[in-house]
Amino acid sequence: MSETIEDLEIQLLLEALYQRYHYDFRHYARASIKRRLTQARGQLGFPTISALQDRVLHDPAMLPRLLDFLTVQVSEMFRDPSYFRALREHVLPHLRTYPSLKVWIAGCSAGEEVYSLAILFKEEGLYDRTIFYATDINPEALAEAEAGVYALDRIRKFTENHQKSGGKSSLSDYYTAAYGRAAFDKGLRSRVVFSDHSLVTDAVFAEMHLISCRNVMIYFDRTLQDRAIGLFRGSLTRKGFLGLGSKESLRFSSHASAFAEFLPGEKIYQKREP
Amino acid sequence: MNVTSSSTVVIGASAGAVQALLAVLPTLPAGFTAPVLVVVHVPPDRDNVLVPLLQAKCRLTVKEAEDKEALAPGVIYFAPSDYHLLVEADRTLALSTDEPVNYSRPSIDVLFESAADAYGENLVGVILTGANHDGAAGLKAVVEAGGVAIVQSPAEAYATPMPHAALQASPTALIMNLDAIASYLSSLGAA
Ligand SMILES: C[S@@+](CC[C@H](N)C(=O)[O-])C[C@H]1O[C@@H](n2cnc3c(N)ncnc32)[C@H](O)[C@@H]1O
Repeated sequence: MSETIEDLEIQLLLEALYQRYHYDFRHYARASIKRRLTQARGQLGFPTISALQDRVLHDPAMLPRLLDFLTVQVSEMFRDPSYFRALREHVLPHLRTYPSLKVWIAGCSAGEEVYSLAILFKEEGLYDRTIFYATDINPEALAEAEAGVYALDRIRKFTENHQKSGGKSSLSDYYTAAYGRAAFDKGLRSRVVFSDHSLVTDAVFAEMHLISCRNVMIYFDRTLQDRAIGLFRGSLTRKGFLGLGSKESLRFSSHASAFAEFLPGEKIYQKREP
Repeated sequence: MNVTSSSTVVIGASAGAVQALLAVLPTLPAGFTAPVLVVVHVPPDRDNVLVPLLQAKCRLTVKEAEDKEALAPGVIYFAPSDYHLLVEADRTLALSTDEPVNYSRPSIDVLFESAADAYGENLVGVILTGANHDGAAGLKAVVEAGGVAIVQSPAEAYATPMPHAALQASPTALIMNLDAIASYLSSLGAA
């Protein structure tokens, strides 16, 4: 269909966000961005997207509120338990051969995936030799990740997932429950570095043995996906591992040939020897 | 409305979906040129059993929709469980893990609204049996964009709330039994 005025407004708003705040959503999958901006407009009470743009340009306090719409913070611990089981059974045995390890959780949201991996590495005796980098572009999500506190009503699902992933301990060993919240142990983040990093605008920052980037690139268009995969390629050590979300793949990427399908069913790839 | 061989079909169904889809999709003729996108509410932890079931009965290719995949004519795409399915303006598919809409992921509204946006009057939206109200807002978006709206007759539907809600939101929608829906769709874009 031909472009509507609203499509034009969206394009201008995304450009404004980039120029003013350096948040670059210009190449995110557009149908989903449009849906969420329309919601933002309605819920924040603006008659048009242009009015929303005017406000966010002049009032930085509006930015975090808009970011909450533009970034999707849906997550859970041990989401897709079979992925974590596959890491446990097939990837960690390889990682075990290294004296020290670096793991990057890209797009970590409020930390659910970070604590899942920390617990997995504890259970497998690899935690103490690992540094975890947990990155995201949403500062509020990062703050929550660092706090590691979740509503108690989410714990049942987390526990069920942990068991299905082949968990060797009880999830309740890792948190204290009080006032309707579960606070995860500090010991699970003693080796985690939380930081603001965008797969769209930032560069490689360390050499990794495992990168887990799940349900982030699904929101990118193909060009952006390719950029992110290029970053992962540049970050991974020789024979390092890359895990994606269950509906993501390297299929459309120009970097595909740099990776071997290690466990195709779980979207786990291994970087080939150069 | 402008129903031509360049049409795209979107279908939403919930309780009773399997029987209803079995009455419609296998009748689509070989050489059917419209892509067909289907959202059925299925429990999140379950693999989509509908794809193999319908593939065995249909002349057209039936598959689970993949992210960034380009739409092909005469292929029937099912939304994977636990993901929303959307269509982009460039006629590629997109999946998302956004919050459930109407307690549903995939949600019929999400598919229909994005398809209405991408296809406008070249879209046929079909709401079948179901026990909730998902799809009502989506079908309204199809109507507003100038597309064709069809609702399974509540008298025939296994579960009536979804057809009722869709008709309430879009009073001008065509009301049809499954066999009429089947022949209407079959006449679309047959090469
Ligand atoms: C749906 S969550 C995925 C959370 C977790 N990885 C999982 O699979 O459950 C997507 C996350 O990606 C983050 N994100 C979006 N764009 C990003 C970018 N350009 N760079 C890094 N993270 C990004 C969002 O802020 C959000 O926290």
